[in-house]
Amino acid sequence: MSNAAIVDKRPSALRGASMPKWSPWAIAAGSVAVAIGISLVAGFDSKIQWGLLSGLIFLIATYGIAARVEGRRQAKDRIATGLVWVAFLVALIPLLSLVWTTVSRGVKVLDIYFLTHSMGIVADAQPGGGVYHAIIGSLEQVGLATIIAAPIGILTAVYLVEYGGRGRLARAVTFFVDVMTGVPSIVAGLFILSLMLIFEMEPFGFAGSLALAILMMPVVVRSTEEMLKLVPNELREASLALGVPKWRTILKVVLPTSIGGITTGVMLAIARIAGETAPVLLLVFGNRFINNNPFEGAQQSLPLYIYQQYSQSAGENTAYDRAWAASLTLIAFVMILNLVARGIARWKAPKSGR
Amino acid sequence: MDITTHNTTDAPPPTPQPTEAERKPAARGATRAGDRIFLGLSRGSGILLLVIMAAIAVFLTYRATLAISKDHGNFLTTLEWNTGVQPPSFGIAVLAYGTVISSIIAMVLAVPIAVAIALFLTHYAPRRLRGPIAYVIDLLAAVPSIVYGLWGALVLVPHLNGLFGWLNDYLGWTGIFSWEETAPRSMLTVGILLAIMILPVITNVSREVFRQVPQMHEEAALALGATRWEVIRMAVLPFGRSGVISASMLGLGRALGETMAVATVLSPDFLIHASLLNTGGGTFAQNIASKFGEANEFGRDALIASGLVLFVITLLVNGAARMIIARRAEYSGANA
Amino acid sequence: MAKRIDVSGLSAYYGSFRAIEDISMTIEPRTVTAFIGPSGCGKSTFLRTLNRMHEVTSGGRVEGKVMLDDENLYGAGVDPVAVRREVGMVFQRPNPFPTMSVFENVAAGLRLNGSYKKSALEDIVEKSLRGANLWNEVKDRLNKPGSGLSGGQQQRLCIARAIAVEPKVLLMDEPCSALDPISTLAIEDLIGELKDRFTIVIVTHNMQQAARVSDRTAFFNLAAVGQPGKLIEIDDTERIFSNPSVQATEDYISGRFG
Repeated sequence: MSNAAIVDKRPSALRGASMPKWSPWAIAAGSVAVAIGISLVAGFDSKIQWGLLSGLIFLIATYGIAARVEGRRQAKDRIATGLVWVAFLVALIPLLSLVWTTVSRGVKVLDIYFLTHSMGIVADAQPGGGVYHAIIGSLEQVGLATIIAAPIGILTAVYLVEYGGRGRLARAVTFFVDVMTGVPSIVAGLFILSLMLIFEMEPFGFAGSLALAILMMPVVVRSTEEMLKLVPNELREASLALGVPKWRTILKVVLPTSIGGITTGVMLAIARIAGETAPVLLLVFGNRFINNNPFEGAQQSLPLYIYQQYSQSAGENTAYDRAWAASLTLIAFVMILNLVARGIARWKAPKSGR
Repeated sequence: MDITTHNTTDAPPPTPQPTEAERKPAARGATRAGDRIFLGLSRGSGILLLVIMAAIAVFLTYRATLAISKDHGNFLTTLEWNTGVQPPSFGIAVLAYGTVISSIIAMVLAVPIAVAIALFLTHYAPRRLRGPIAYVIDLLAAVPSIVYGLWGALVLVPHLNGLFGWLNDYLGWTGIFSWEETAPRSMLTVGILLAIMILPVITNVSREVFRQVPQMHEEAALALGATRWEVIRMAVLPFGRSGVISASMLGLGRALGETMAVATVLSPDFLIHASLLNTGGGTFAQNIASKFGEANEFGRDALIASGLVLFVITLLVNGAARMIIARRAEYSGANA
Repeated sequence: MAKRIDVSGLSAYYGSFRAIEDISMTIEPRTVTAFIGPSGCGKSTFLRTLNRMHEVTSGGRVEGKVMLDDENLYGAGVDPVAVRREVGMVFQRPNPFPTMSVFENVAAGLRLNGSYKKSALEDIVEKSLRGANLWNEVKDRLNKPGSGLSGGQQQRLCIARAIAVEPKVLLMDEPCSALDPISTLAIEDLIGELKDRFTIVIVTHNMQQAARVSDRTAFFNLAAVGQPGKLIEIDDTERIFSNPSVQATEDYISGRFG
């Protein structure tokens, strides 16, 4: 047929010439060598130039060689493969650097002393001091936020899945939960701030909790909703058919079935708000001393501590060290929450039939 | 994903899902106190959420009008932020420009790379590595932004002199890449850091989307004699497009509202710089965080006014994303 | 155009699990060969080894030879992509590309291979749709999404898409199992017409269908779950259904089986 003739230019339809497996590596090595050569001759001194040049030569060489040996389609395929790998490796550099720097610089001052002392009698330029007050503040603010947001979020999800259906109210709530997910954290902070301005209040920990709760609610609603939707209707019907009232069905059948997933969602939401700095900066203000009372007076929190150690230290390395150590503490906290949440999700996951 | 359609299928009919109407009687028969209380509680929570959203809009607007009514500059165009003096004069032009431009830079850098990494994880990486890498990227998405900010200020910024010099040498003639050799704490720096920050977020969501491309679409392409890249172009990318858009919008929302990562790497001023490389500029969120400490009550109201604008911008972005997704839905492959 | 398939000593694995063992058979050009057998006997797996789709599944690998005329599909240097151009495939569930129109679906395979003039492309698309007995039904909606067609139309669209690139062999993996009887009949008629141009191999669970459409029938079976599937016998369809040489085949065909 006519089109087959256009397609098969090669003698064998199946055995198109192909490049050996090691060819990408060879081309890569060759490109780097050529790039360095050109750079030395032309007097480029920046490694970025070397890298860009090698990358460029690699892509052109791959395309050129592959197009000649294997044909244009294979050449495109190889270019795509090359680009995808390059993108991955390029993205790895900053992300690995972030993790590496935090860990390597964080462990310098991170010890029991650091975790059990505040900054009360330590100036920013001095060594020593710690994050105890910030940990207390973070735990209290995040804990209170969770106490507010988790029940409201879960109940809202229950309403949407079990009662709301496609009613007007349910659709409005669904829509505004989406909108709320997109509210920047600083805007949530400004909202509470506007209330505080009206009532002429000074910064205190619980104000931060309220802003964090606003950020947490939509996340909890979304994840809980997903989990409730996974509960098979047969379970609900089985219970209702036994004459169990709906609210007991929800409490005794639906929620227990999905409790693992709901817990996971709540913990991931906690992990997210634990790192929020902006609303805490506006509402809790920061404090060098230990303040155990979230309902009165400025408090500290871990993310805010990191920011203040960075911004108020005028380039003092001791303060930077504390900032890194606090970052490591915060990341560790968030990671532990994440890992435990995933553990629960896996442990409580509905067992598949096999 | 049921591709078989209504009129011509001999597959068994799907198990009937009880419709709302069928489930209703149980709710309507809620004569018991327990049922009424529980319904009330859960409905009340939903209503509370609506009330909170309304309250955010109302109170921000209220405090914002207090400030804007006393503004002697033009709130939209004034290139200064003087709230502590009489008469006060402040405007959001610089902030709007900075917020938009830094987010655009972040999206231009992050979206293609994130899509590439998502493809890498679903179609290119050795199978054994896919799980662990995806897991690590998942965890990176959970790293708090202040840590990205600290890293950006102490590690990224010192490394940018080379890049900025290079851009200035070769692209300086364009104007937007000229550089006066000031500290590399400019809009481009912010954009790069935001890109790194939202990269894991966009990657994660895109990867999920690509994983959900039905095997049969990919096999259809393969069976036509498509190469791996052609399979991706024919079956994966078209199917995943709306998902990638919503992932990008999620990232964009983060970038627009990001406070601390911007506040740590930017040396702000209140000018619109033609060059992306020259130190200065500002964003809504960064300006609020930086100016808040020394602001009096009126200054705080002015900051709230700028926050209201940010709020509206994020609402518009979210709405746009939603519309794009809705319009794409009919072609998304989730038919039938 | 159609080519002969000659399989010898073929085994296919999923990881360390051997799904089919030591299969040899010859499939003549311009015939319809049906694969029948109980679920899990490896007939679909075997079908997928004939265009190297088996290795797409994770851990999938193949031992043995599949000759397409005089070329081994698994020979060194053979490009699986090129193999799949020669050996087309139609799947169990109709799978038109959901984001493409009817026209684009049929043209999809052609577009991979360089550029065609618009008129040439239109000619081939029309020819392929006619070849799939679908032209009259869709000629007014070529630019509508392919996923908007009925199930039977979608499957014929997939056949049109497969034959547009003029393969030598057409593999069909239970092409009618998701369709109603009328659509099934349309596809069976189509198979009868297509065998003048292609070598057709069809996997089916429906023995009447095998008897209706095929010239040759191969019966696959497995000793027990977890054991590899084997080819029990292959013979003219008439003979398999009237007087098979192996007792297991007769048991299966007459329904005295598992």
